[in-house]
Amino acid sequence: MPVHIIVAIKQVMDPEIPPSAFTIAENAKEVVSPSNIPPVINGYDEQAIEAALRIKETVEEATITVVSIGSNFSLDVMKKPLSMGADELILVDTGDIGNDPDSNIAAYLLTSAIRKIGSFDLILCGRQASDWDNAQVPVGVASMLKVPIITVGRKVEITAKNVRVERVLPNGYELVESNLPAVVTLSSELGEPRYPTLRGIMAATKKQPILWSLNDLSIDEDLPTSNLTINTITTPEKQNECTIIEGENGQEAGKNLALKLREAKLI
Amino acid sequence: MANCQNILVIGELTEGSLSSTTKELLTVGRNLADSLQEDLNVVLLGENLSQYTSDLLFFGTDTIYLAQHSLLEDYQDDLYVEAITQLAASTNPRSILLGKTLTGKELGPRLAFKLGTSLLQDCIHLAIDTNKNLVGKRPIYGGNALAEITHIGTPQLAIVRPKTIEVSVQEQKGKGNINEYVPELSDSMIQARTIEKVDEPVSGVRLEDARIVVSGGRGLGGPEPFRDLEDLASLLGGATGASRAACDAGWIPSSYQVGLTGKTITPDLYITVGISGASQHMAGCSGAKIIVSINKDSEANIFKDSAFGVVGDWKEVLPGFIDQIKSMTNAS
Repeated sequence: MPVHIIVAIKQVMDPEIPPSAFTIAENAKEVVSPSNIPPVINGYDEQAIEAALRIKETVEEATITVVSIGSNFSLDVMKKPLSMGADELILVDTGDIGNDPDSNIAAYLLTSAIRKIGSFDLILCGRQASDWDNAQVPVGVASMLKVPIITVGRKVEITAKNVRVERVLPNGYELVESNLPAVVTLSSELGEPRYPTLRGIMAATKKQPILWSLNDLSIDEDLPTSNLTINTITTPEKQNECTIIEGENGQEAGKNLALKLREAKLI
Repeated sequence: MANCQNILVIGELTEGSLSSTTKELLTVGRNLADSLQEDLNVVLLGENLSQYTSDLLFFGTDTIYLAQHSLLEDYQDDLYVEAITQLAASTNPRSILLGKTLTGKELGPRLAFKLGTSLLQDCIHLAIDTNKNLVGKRPIYGGNALAEITHIGTPQLAIVRPKTIEVSVQEQKGKGNINEYVPELSDSMIQARTIEKVDEPVSGVRLEDARIVVSGGRGLGGPEPFRDLEDLASLLGGATGASRAACDAGWIPSSYQVGLTGKTITPDLYITVGISGASQHMAGCSGAKIIVSINKDSEANIFKDSAFGVVGDWKEVLPGFIDQIKSMTNAS
């Protein structure tokens, strides 16, 4: 039986942008994406893609469908999973509704997209997204699809009926098992995601992402209401005034720094 | 069970006593309950829990629920969620508070979806507004911004970041009710089962536990300087870390990485060398009490978060710094 793996990914603002490029809208309710810095695929989501590709290498036949809900997709950025080796890519433009601060909404939209995709054996996601760090959407998807979830994995193996995951713990790992189908979230301990090969990039140019809109999701009255309201988004006040330690030369400044830290009883 | 409006804290035990995060939750929970003039309740889950009640009373707790069951002896997601859901069904908490701990991070989202409500994630401040709703402040975008969000659902779940609340013992006692209950649980409720736990010991101090962390970044220019940082860290009884740039360059294994996709650290003292302070790095060290930085770029973002800094070439500054620390540690 061929295995069908769905990988859910999110387009996010590049977390490496310099703080000077980080802008909050005038209404103080949202963050503005910088126009001159391209977005990226959420880091942990690339690990989910990598985990899917590793599974594909160990089973006889597997199909990997990558799905993303969001808006203002950058096709250049989002096509990366195809060049890494995924079979198909579905981008669902959910407009503003997908940006609701309540993860219930995103979980519902993603679940609707997965239902439309059809049957699956395994859903892989990153453990959390670098913008809001909520770590809730995968749990919501598992809950709405009524399947088990195993979080913060660093290794995933599947058998005919089960999934086995090494879950990252502070002092090692635990081996957790559940029935398939299931949702598994991945962490950076999985290791570096592969770079697209030239062959992969060539193959990906022939594949086009499938574009869906909200209308394709057959959203009915059971769209959850948002329970969370943003009052403000602000720049945090820096409490520290940095004291610059000087010296006649670098060596001296280093020495003075050590003396200052001792004086402040920090060392 | 009491059915009046209340705040429920999900308590945790570490090494045979109340966890520090639980004490923080009880402190903020008492304040919220006072502004609502409602009860502060707490639940502990496990076995043989009555020994902890006297500690819980110090925090002005009104009702202590002890959920005792042989299946709760070790933490398990599905069973803990079920036990808390049963308690919530009979006690109708207005709000449920969890810590951003290993178990709290698992329980929070699961409870929210199970209870059909939503979760305020990663709060560093909580208050009650005039509509008696819970208002949380939380860092987003790796700490580049702070969001203030109101929860209008029922119940109002929030996860609180550890070490953001000063613990205070209450002089005025709460009602002090103790309610032992046995949740209805069965082994068949377990959806994902732990087969085994494997310890992978690391040598030296763990980054996450270290009181002092010394990290290096792109500015170090290669792998060799990390040996100096290792020496400095061991001199100070701390641990060594690195920025993503240094790990990506292969100068040091990625297990050393501090940041959004690496480790989150909360040392008392964080010393950075050649780290510019990209937001993804700051996301992993925003819990550090004092940041001290050495960087040749006076405009580097890291200085905005640092209490002390030296603007200069680490190749000159670091030897002076290390020599002075050596002579001080020898003298004392």
